[in-house]
Amino acid sequence: MSSPTAPVHEVIIQPRRGWVPIDWRELWEHRELLGFMVQRDLKVRYKQTVLGLAWAVLQPTFSVLIFSVIFGAFAKIPSDGVPYPVFAFAGMLPWMLFSTAVTAGGQSLINQQHLLTKVYMPRMFIPAASIGTAVADFAIAFVVFLLLMLAYGRIPGPSIAAVPLLVGIAVTAALGASLLLSSLTVSYRDFRFVLPFMMQVWMYLSPVIYPVSMVPEKYQWILAINPMVGVIDGFRSACLGQPWNWDTLGISAGTAVGMLAIGLFYFRRTERRFADIA
Amino acid sequence: MADNVITVDNLSKLYRLDHQSRRPDSFRELLSNAVTAPFQRLRAMHGKATRSTEDFWALKDVSFSVPRGSVVGLIGRNGAGKSTLLKILSRIVEPTQGSIRLRGRVASLLEVGTGFHPELTGRENIFMNGSILGMKRREIERQFDAIVSFAEIERFLDTPVKRYSSGMYVRLAFAVAAHLDPEILIVDEVLAVGDSEFQKKCLGKMQEVAQGGAGRTVVFVSHNMAAVRSLCNTAIMLKSGTLYAQGGVEKIVAEYLASARHTAEPQVTFRRPDKAKLWMASAELLINGQTSANAEMGDTLSVRVRFQSDFPTKHPRLGLVVTNAAGDKLINTNNHFQPAKELSTALQDGTITCHLGQLPLVAGLYSVSLWFGDLTTDHHVASDALSFALTEKDIWGSGRVPNAESSLLWWPSSFAVEPVQPTAAS
Repeated sequence: MSSPTAPVHEVIIQPRRGWVPIDWRELWEHRELLGFMVQRDLKVRYKQTVLGLAWAVLQPTFSVLIFSVIFGAFAKIPSDGVPYPVFAFAGMLPWMLFSTAVTAGGQSLINQQHLLTKVYMPRMFIPAASIGTAVADFAIAFVVFLLLMLAYGRIPGPSIAAVPLLVGIAVTAALGASLLLSSLTVSYRDFRFVLPFMMQVWMYLSPVIYPVSMVPEKYQWILAINPMVGVIDGFRSACLGQPWNWDTLGISAGTAVGMLAIGLFYFRRTERRFADIA
Repeated sequence: MADNVITVDNLSKLYRLDHQSRRPDSFRELLSNAVTAPFQRLRAMHGKATRSTEDFWALKDVSFSVPRGSVVGLIGRNGAGKSTLLKILSRIVEPTQGSIRLRGRVASLLEVGTGFHPELTGRENIFMNGSILGMKRREIERQFDAIVSFAEIERFLDTPVKRYSSGMYVRLAFAVAAHLDPEILIVDEVLAVGDSEFQKKCLGKMQEVAQGGAGRTVVFVSHNMAAVRSLCNTAIMLKSGTLYAQGGVEKIVAEYLASARHTAEPQVTFRRPDKAKLWMASAELLINGQTSANAEMGDTLSVRVRFQSDFPTKHPRLGLVVTNAAGDKLINTNNHFQPAKELSTALQDGTITCHLGQLPLVAGLYSVSLWFGDLTTDHHVASDALSFALTEKDIWGSGRVPNAESSLLWWPSSFAVEPVQPTAAS
């Protein structure tokens, strides 16, 4: 294949210590593989189309239904003047995106061990690819959400154009968490048990069933360290026309980027031992 | 100085064996492990180990270089470090010391069908697997028809591979790999699968790759000396993690066979293979009922395997093949060939003994390969796990012995001589 004039592709294999820089060139060279892996996950998930699609819709719908009865009707949690089901759905959507992505991403390495022990490839793609399905699920559920809004007589304004940006922040945070948790799970299998519990706690720390306005204003910045606070709050602003809370969004976006950086660095640091302990 | 595409310099790999049993017995223990394990691990990392660990050098100071265009056979007994070396060459694991310099695009094939997904169709898996092995989409599209016809699966291209027979699955997986076009190809014993017709086809394809004239370099690991001889021009022999010999293939294969003669192994303990649910913990040879690796003609041989499993099984299946020093497979037996007999109680830990009886083998060195599994799957394969030396004996007390040059086997037999009465004709 390689013509004689092609530059020689030289690789030096030797023990590395400490922090390993990210090999962007290698990631770029293998970019098609990431595409194939995302496609694979999507195909496998929606192979039995009816069930696959239904799942993406049913999961948030049922949660919202239950939340509306318990928190909206019984506990009467305020919802900033928005009908509670619409309010809860608007919180549930970005949350489901994040939690499905992190749950799948966190387990991705131990579920695909043969990709660690039998072949060399950019291993970051394994947790990264599992986020694709979460985004696809989100897109489907988003359509349902728009229908629900219309049913309540709410027409989204132009600010809905900010949704891709918010999805971007959620994906950034999810990728960071997935990289960190997946590599921790390879070393300590216990994280497999910790993960679902952690996501549950994380959900209650995010304004899925309650509005950010319930928290005293001077403490809101602490809450915003959780990137999903800014994303969910922003999502409600974008779709329901609530006022934007730029400080919260800014802090959350900042932590999302920080999480990605930590995830990337920890993953690179532990990656070299994966095949030895997997 | 030759143009070396692979330069291995003082390569070493250390494994730390953990002697604590890894499987928690109870949920309580599991919980307490969950809490304490990270801390213990941290302490172990800082040298304050609380558990007994043992250092094991899978490779120690291995140095060699491979010139462009050569086809190198990598040989050695189980545990000699072949797999570790391959994994380091493939960049799957990192060495502890030393370095390797690779010049050229590398593709390694340690398993057929890495990344195959049972729900995806043959077509989809070709792209997925090809991409994992490092091919670009364009290359796969260009080679697509060749891959499909090599695998002989045209009719099933759009069927999910979970509906494939195991033969079709292996053919497809190998076909993708065979159409890789790297400058350096690293191949583990993946040819040990599929029917013999297909194996021949694979060997042919590999030969084509090796002699393709494009200066392609191949590193090939195998226990099959015949395959090594026919494919490779040079060989490297590893022994206990060190480089034992390197040179022309005939010389090294001869050396391997000779050294095997001095290292008859009547007993072996196994490490549990990756992900195996059912595995062999150890195996031993019994000559006339005693653990031994030295037999005389006419002795009886048994092979006893201690097996363990994650779940109780009523159907342990043991297969074994006895091979002579030249690589000829002489005896093949397996309780899977026999009518299924279910154990009355399912076992999670037990032994299974195969009585081969009196062996009709001539003097020489023999090795025994083992397969272990249940009704559906071979969970654990150990090539040449055991070996024994057989010496001549005057079996019939006549001073005359069937010799090793005239045949591969002798046969216990009796002769009847009867007179023929002259016919009363004419």
